[in-house]
Amino acid sequence: MARPATERKTRKPAAQKSAAKGAELGATREELLAWYREMLLIRRFEERAGQLYGMGLIGGFCHLYIGQEAIAVGIQAVRRPGDQVITGYRDHGHMLVCGMDPREVMAELTGRAGGSSRGKGGSMHMFSTEADFYGGHGIVGAQVSLGTGLALANSYRGNGNVAFAFFGDGAANQGQVYESFNMAELWSLPVVYVIENNQYAMGTSIERSSSETHLYRRGASFRIPGEEVDGMDVVAVRDAAARAAEHARSGQGPYILEMKTYRYRGHSMSDPAKYRTREEVEEVRRNRDPIDHVQELLTEKGWADEAALKAIDVEVRAIVADAAEFARISPEPDPAELFTDIYVEAGR
Amino acid sequence: MTDILMPALSPTMEEGTLAKWFVKAGDAVRSGDVIAEIETDKATMEVEAVDEGVIEAILVPEGTEEVKVNTPIARLGASAGAGAEAPPPAPPITPPAPPPAAPSVTPPAAATAPEPSHDAPPHPAGTVSGRRSTVRDALRDAMAEEMRRDETVFLMGEEVGQYQGAYKVSRGLLEEFGPRRVIDTPITEHGFAGLGVGAAMAGLRPIVEFMTFNFAMQAIDHIINSAAKTLYMSGGQITCPIVFRGPNGAAARVAAQHSQDYSSWYAHVPGLKVVAPYDAADAKGLLKAAIRDPNPVVFLEHEMLYGQEFDVPDDPDWTVPIGQALVRRPGRDVTLTAHSRMVGLALEAAEVLSKQGIEAEVVDLRTLRPLDHATVLESVKRTNRIVSVEEGWAPMGVGAEIIARVVAEAFDWLDAPPLRVAQADTPLPYAANLEALALPSVERIVEAALKVCYR
Repeated sequence: MARPATERKTRKPAAQKSAAKGAELGATREELLAWYREMLLIRRFEERAGQLYGMGLIGGFCHLYIGQEAIAVGIQAVRRPGDQVITGYRDHGHMLVCGMDPREVMAELTGRAGGSSRGKGGSMHMFSTEADFYGGHGIVGAQVSLGTGLALANSYRGNGNVAFAFFGDGAANQGQVYESFNMAELWSLPVVYVIENNQYAMGTSIERSSSETHLYRRGASFRIPGEEVDGMDVVAVRDAAARAAEHARSGQGPYILEMKTYRYRGHSMSDPAKYRTREEVEEVRRNRDPIDHVQELLTEKGWADEAALKAIDVEVRAIVADAAEFARISPEPDPAELFTDIYVEAGR
Repeated sequence: MTDILMPALSPTMEEGTLAKWFVKAGDAVRSGDVIAEIETDKATMEVEAVDEGVIEAILVPEGTEEVKVNTPIARLGASAGAGAEAPPPAPPITPPAPPPAAPSVTPPAAATAPEPSHDAPPHPAGTVSGRRSTVRDALRDAMAEEMRRDETVFLMGEEVGQYQGAYKVSRGLLEEFGPRRVIDTPITEHGFAGLGVGAAMAGLRPIVEFMTFNFAMQAIDHIINSAAKTLYMSGGQITCPIVFRGPNGAAARVAAQHSQDYSSWYAHVPGLKVVAPYDAADAKGLLKAAIRDPNPVVFLEHEMLYGQEFDVPDDPDWTVPIGQALVRRPGRDVTLTAHSRMVGLALEAAEVLSKQGIEAEVVDLRTLRPLDHATVLESVKRTNRIVSVEEGWAPMGVGAEIIARVVAEAFDWLDAPPLRVAQADTPLPYAANLEALALPSVERIVEAALKVCYR
């Protein structure tokens, strides 16, 4: 829930700690169950994508979202119709929570005609105009300028919509991020910058790449407020997102959310992740897993028993199995597709 | 006695208007005093006295137009207090007049382009001549008309609003359309190009002005990776109706980093359309077509053409279709292909050749992607000889593409190996003589045409 405006007017970056367990939760049973299901769908989907990659059905680069699920889900919870989302190449989870058909997403990964881009984009380049999902961009940091441009369009039209631009701790060091920050604040654009800080830019830890490792402070010299959020806690993410979206929507300009998170798998499928220890990964999995966290909340509150959670798991597994099968049998694109979609015919 | 000379406001200025005198004969002036105001179609500038002395005579009265740079405009005598035997002042020098308000990255604009103007070139049937307009004003009118027609069209870039455009192309637009639709950006090409592309993906129609295309190299990732490819990667879902425009190529004496022709760079990329007009009618008609086009268009202008005047049709709905070359001068002996400023040189070369009994056909490419190969091939099949002219470097260039297609598709019609006229394969030098040596010239075009005609 939005905190009193007076606390946010300071414009000082202030770390926002996640809601302590046992305190006022601020989420309903229905919300928690829905988020649990969405997060589980991403997890199972990505596990299957990893499997299909291993089988050679998915090619090229494939970046999995496992461990970061609470962020896409928590942000989605505050989106209003017309609010746009844009991200980098770690995009599968975002697409699923945007409401895209898992079949289309998986078939894009396998490069088939049934994919969301008819097989012409692949893992890193997926889009859905229907879901106001603007990709899926392969150039690190490009989505930050583009997302700020989506916000410029919102401002131009005065439609009250907010653009959510997601990027990682690696992209946070790109120059165009700061060019965009400057214009966004200068023109009070309705954009929320969501930094998914999973602590490794491919193999380079944030300590090795960043002189200021608290990324929520990166907007300070542009007068953009920022806060640190426990990205493994979907409730904390949702609450912070609500504050940020309200700030942007009310004409006060951009807002930065630094989501502290962790990816369990390598940067991409081809990354053996030798730059961190197995123990480090295991520690996060055991103690900070975002899905386990919601499961505990549901159990503690008595909102779902083991059978209910099991039923969700069964449903999700069925959706993923169906998507994988669709992605396997969907035909490759027609050779004629090579020459389509290069230009729009005039009049469109 | 010292002559005070008409100063140049910019490297490309050749003449201007002496708008006002602030002194009269008999007035004493000291170094730094403002003595006159001069104007070009782009800027107004105060002239300061360099030396101390007494104005002996005003040589050019105020209100005089087309005063050539370095024309003596007043005569300065020795200071009133100086004795008759005082040594004569230093020999005349051109008063330096750096444009003080311009940002350091701005190559000041052309006031009047140096090359001779040509007779009004032919236009497609039905395009009746309207009125005379500079290329600069034609571009402005195109933007203004399209902004009136379509609420989603807006202009963004450095100095496009309050400053009225670094080259005065956007003059008057802020007044008419306000800051919501004429957006002054910080100097941040990579960032604002990305913002423009994002806004286009969201359905607006931005015109992104680069002060020159040299600075667009900072933004080329968004032009190519974001604007040109997203339609394809999204399976046709995400469109990007955007125009990237600004001066391209060599201005005058601004050296290598500010003098590059990007024609072949952008024309290389599927997903982009690339336009490079020569005269004012095409500048206007093609810019209007580019703004209406649902695809990303790179619109390459030329600073040296901004001040040139041509006939422009009055019809506000008149556009020139993208992708059509124009035969500007028919001829039977040799085909000369050119685009942008090089069209003027090719036309001039054709006149020289004509006096030697060779009738050159000049094909103005107008659009580089998609290139109108049909018009070029048809011409070559008639003339059996071709010389391509471009301002950029020859290797991997526009001429290389044209000639490859001619050789592949009209080999049997060729009577001589095709030739290319292009910039010397070097960074563009600053020194006037070296610069002239590096750029294509009428003489080099004539020489190449004679060679393919075995003359």
